[in-house]
Amino acid sequence: MSLDAVHELLPLWALLASVITAVVIFALRDHRQRQRTFWNLFGASVKLVLVLLMLHGVMLGHSYEVVYPVLPGVTLLLTVDALALLFAFLSAVLWLVTTVYAVAYLEHSGQRARFFGFFSLCVAATFGIALAGNLFTFFLFYELLTLATWPLVVHRGHPAALAAGRTYLAYTLGGGVALLTGVVAVQAALGDVAFSAGGIPAFSDWAEAEPFQATAVLALMLAGVGVKAALVPLHRWLPVAMVAPAPVSALLHAVAVVKAGAFGVVRILQDVAGPEVAQTLGVAPVLVALAAVTILYGSVRALAQTDLKRRLAFSTVSQVSYITLGVALGGPLALLGGLVHLVHQGLMKITLFFCAGYYAETRGIHRIDELDGIGPRMPWISAAFTVGALGMIGLPPVAGFISKWYLGLGALEQGQTWLLGVLVLSTLLNAAYFLPVLRRIWMLPEPAGRPEVPPERASRWLLYPALFTAAAALLAGLLAAWDVSPLGWAQRIVEQEYPAP
Amino acid sequence: MSGVALPLSFFVPLLTALVVFVIGVRRAYGVILLGALTTLAVALYVAYAVAVGGPQVHYLGGWEPPLGVELYADGLSALMLAMTALVGAGVTLYAGPYLRGKGHDGERFWPLWLVQWATLNGTFLSADLFNLYVMLELLTLTAAPLAAMAGDRPSLAAAMRYLLLALLGSMAYLLGVALLYGGTGTLHLREAGELAGAEPYTAVAAALMTAGLFAKAAVFPLHIWLMPAHSNAPAPASAALSALVAKAGLYLVLRLWLWTFPALLSAPMGWLIGGLGAVAVVYGSVQALRQPRLKQVIAYSTIAQLGYLLLLLPLVALPAAAVSAWHGVVLHALAHGFAKAGAFLAAGNMIYCLGHDRLEGLRGVTPYLSVTLLALGLAFVSLMGLPPSGGFLAKWLLLEGALAAGQWFWGGVVLLGGLIAAAYSFRVLALAHAEVPHGYAEIRSPRRLPPAMEWAPLALVLLAYGMLLGGVPILELLDQGAPEGVR
Repeated sequence: MSLDAVHELLPLWALLASVITAVVIFALRDHRQRQRTFWNLFGASVKLVLVLLMLHGVMLGHSYEVVYPVLPGVTLLLTVDALALLFAFLSAVLWLVTTVYAVAYLEHSGQRARFFGFFSLCVAATFGIALAGNLFTFFLFYELLTLATWPLVVHRGHPAALAAGRTYLAYTLGGGVALLTGVVAVQAALGDVAFSAGGIPAFSDWAEAEPFQATAVLALMLAGVGVKAALVPLHRWLPVAMVAPAPVSALLHAVAVVKAGAFGVVRILQDVAGPEVAQTLGVAPVLVALAAVTILYGSVRALAQTDLKRRLAFSTVSQVSYITLGVALGGPLALLGGLVHLVHQGLMKITLFFCAGYYAETRGIHRIDELDGIGPRMPWISAAFTVGALGMIGLPPVAGFISKWYLGLGALEQGQTWLLGVLVLSTLLNAAYFLPVLRRIWMLPEPAGRPEVPPERASRWLLYPALFTAAAALLAGLLAAWDVSPLGWAQRIVEQEYPAP
Repeated sequence: MSGVALPLSFFVPLLTALVVFVIGVRRAYGVILLGALTTLAVALYVAYAVAVGGPQVHYLGGWEPPLGVELYADGLSALMLAMTALVGAGVTLYAGPYLRGKGHDGERFWPLWLVQWATLNGTFLSADLFNLYVMLELLTLTAAPLAAMAGDRPSLAAAMRYLLLALLGSMAYLLGVALLYGGTGTLHLREAGELAGAEPYTAVAAALMTAGLFAKAAVFPLHIWLMPAHSNAPAPASAALSALVAKAGLYLVLRLWLWTFPALLSAPMGWLIGGLGAVAVVYGSVQALRQPRLKQVIAYSTIAQLGYLLLLLPLVALPAAAVSAWHGVVLHALAHGFAKAGAFLAAGNMIYCLGHDRLEGLRGVTPYLSVTLLALGLAFVSLMGLPPSGGFLAKWLLLEGALAAGQWFWGGVVLLGGLIAAAYSFRVLALAHAEVPHGYAEIRSPRRLPPAMEWAPLALVLLAYGMLLGGVPILELLDQGAPEGVR
């Protein structure tokens, strides 16, 4: 094989990097810890390098495409466009970081081969979702993600974990059925159609000829991805899945599952239906309303949680809907806000979950009222937490501010002024559920009789990933004007979706 | 060469059975393996020959019909032959150590299984309705003793029930054949199809033959024999019975309705047969959800999965749906064969290690049954039709056909069946992830699995996943010699 051919197949190699890692790790016996760690990090690094190579290629104007005919008229299609790379790069970076964290976190638990095997498979599926070039490929990896995350959710094996696994499956497999129906209906009506920026032309013709069917199909597909994007009323699995180990929660919330759903919303609205068709069919306005409800509902529920991880979970429900909102609004600025939040929310939320896991591992802290005075005692991790929380509220210069700014502009551009009210209200609610936590961490005195645990007991490798992602969230905000910042990259995508006339 | 391959695929396993029977299992294990591998090679060669040169015909002894026996392989036959050979090779590799470990010498198992393999190949290659009757009868006569091999009361009762129902089925089938012969004057599968129009006697003949085959294939409501018979047989026999023997009956149902009786396939008839299939899909899956033992779950899943094959009949008459539905159903038969055989062999491993297959026993077994559990999990994923398995491709095509023709009801059946299958599958898999309850003493000795037993189920199941890569060539092969409407 010539070097050129090898280069053309880069998407495949990057996908195989995680699949092979998963297979190797499954094959290793449970006690081969060093080898497993080596393979984990090796696989994650190789993948990151390959993604960086593709990033470089795309910046030079190259486009990658891997096609394999699976059935007559059905192809497995991996394409690398700017949107795909946004999600692929995010998952590759955060996978590496989360792997470091997970290795330290699970050092002493059983069944690590199984855990890390599915962990890698999960990232392979996420990567496949990012690079999917048509609905068939998207669905294939979307369901694979469900299958690969379930063992992680039930990993601990106690009754609560198994119950959470059942809820998780009931929601995600139900959503999968809706998605499959929609996807197959598109295939039956239009044949094998690839995603195309601004909407598939054949789909808009179909929507004109058969508006009722097209609406139903679009609604089915969006309901399917809406489950993973945790849109109200399909969000209930997300807080329940909190029983999983912290790295899994981090991965589920920031990179893999909810992001797969949100990314699916982007793909279906932008690259299947197209914003105009979605607007005419009446699907987009409904989605905007649902997203607005979800944003407020998640925040209100988060207020009432006393458990730190559950509060973060409801916060995720709310924050992911910013992405849906931005896409459903259907203008360049709103799309920009939604896309950039895909990255920003990932960075900030993963930081928060890393911190929550750190508190739980080192001090056994699970409830928010146990956090009193922890800040001065654990300044580094608490600083990371603070950055994440302030970003979620939308305080400049952390990245979250950028997202909200463009979402607000986008709402104005579309003439939906009432959404500004939603954004403001949501920001107030974010402040209302994060600031008291920060106050407890930094201002309140430490309660007497807290057991003295030297902080060194926890591996420093639980700390570094959190610091790294917190710094990334901060830099994404500070350097937003840069070409290859998340914002710069999202601008590139928006230019493709809404080409200048 | 290709001419000889057709009879060889029937006679090689038969001869092997004979040799094993004469010189005894103890000395013939090498012969068994050699016979199995030869059969596999021959079957793959037949598939290759059909793919390259179109349908193959061979007249036994050079005698042409109506005097002689015609062997005929088109794409469908070749695919079934190849699937049977792959599953058969896996079962053969597995059965040796399994039977030794369970203290059987296999004196009864091997001749029965090898004759059964030959008969299966004969069924797929016969082009003659009476030969098919003989093959079906032989299948029953080898399957019943295999089901009874454990020799205890439940398996004897189950085998007896199977035998009686299957013989009843044979009689109905034979009656139908006689009627058809009386009317058309031919027993040839395709010639009879050209001569038999939509007349009353052909309708009666079709009804009799179909009902007889339904009894043999455990189609609802004639399913009652399957669960006890398949769940009480030794694991390798269960795998063969569920993945291959029951499917041979349905193979013939599809063959008859597409090749011999297409004229009779009216919409109400399609709805009647498809409706039975739909009931089987739902009923079998719901029953599987309630079983306390792993092999019972897998056996009920067979009833459900065979039901999908009947969904073809209401769809095949609709031009928009015909090709996709036909492709989907055949892929389903193949994927189910691999996955089901793998699942039963995996259950056999559990019995081998733990001495029982109660689902509760799965708690905490992961450490020393990890490969087996992986195979079981992958098999279940294919059975519920999730990607990236062959079961998923089948479900996709069936659904595509149903939706393209606007048949939302049948599409709904496919989706619902998949959901209930997920429910019973994850009920099992969740237990494998569950922690061991407190105060649970380790009483079982973790008996090590021989490598052949550990890996055979996984290898079989992975074949169902390989279909994702081979979908296009498989369907091109299937188009060889397919009737006009489904190409």
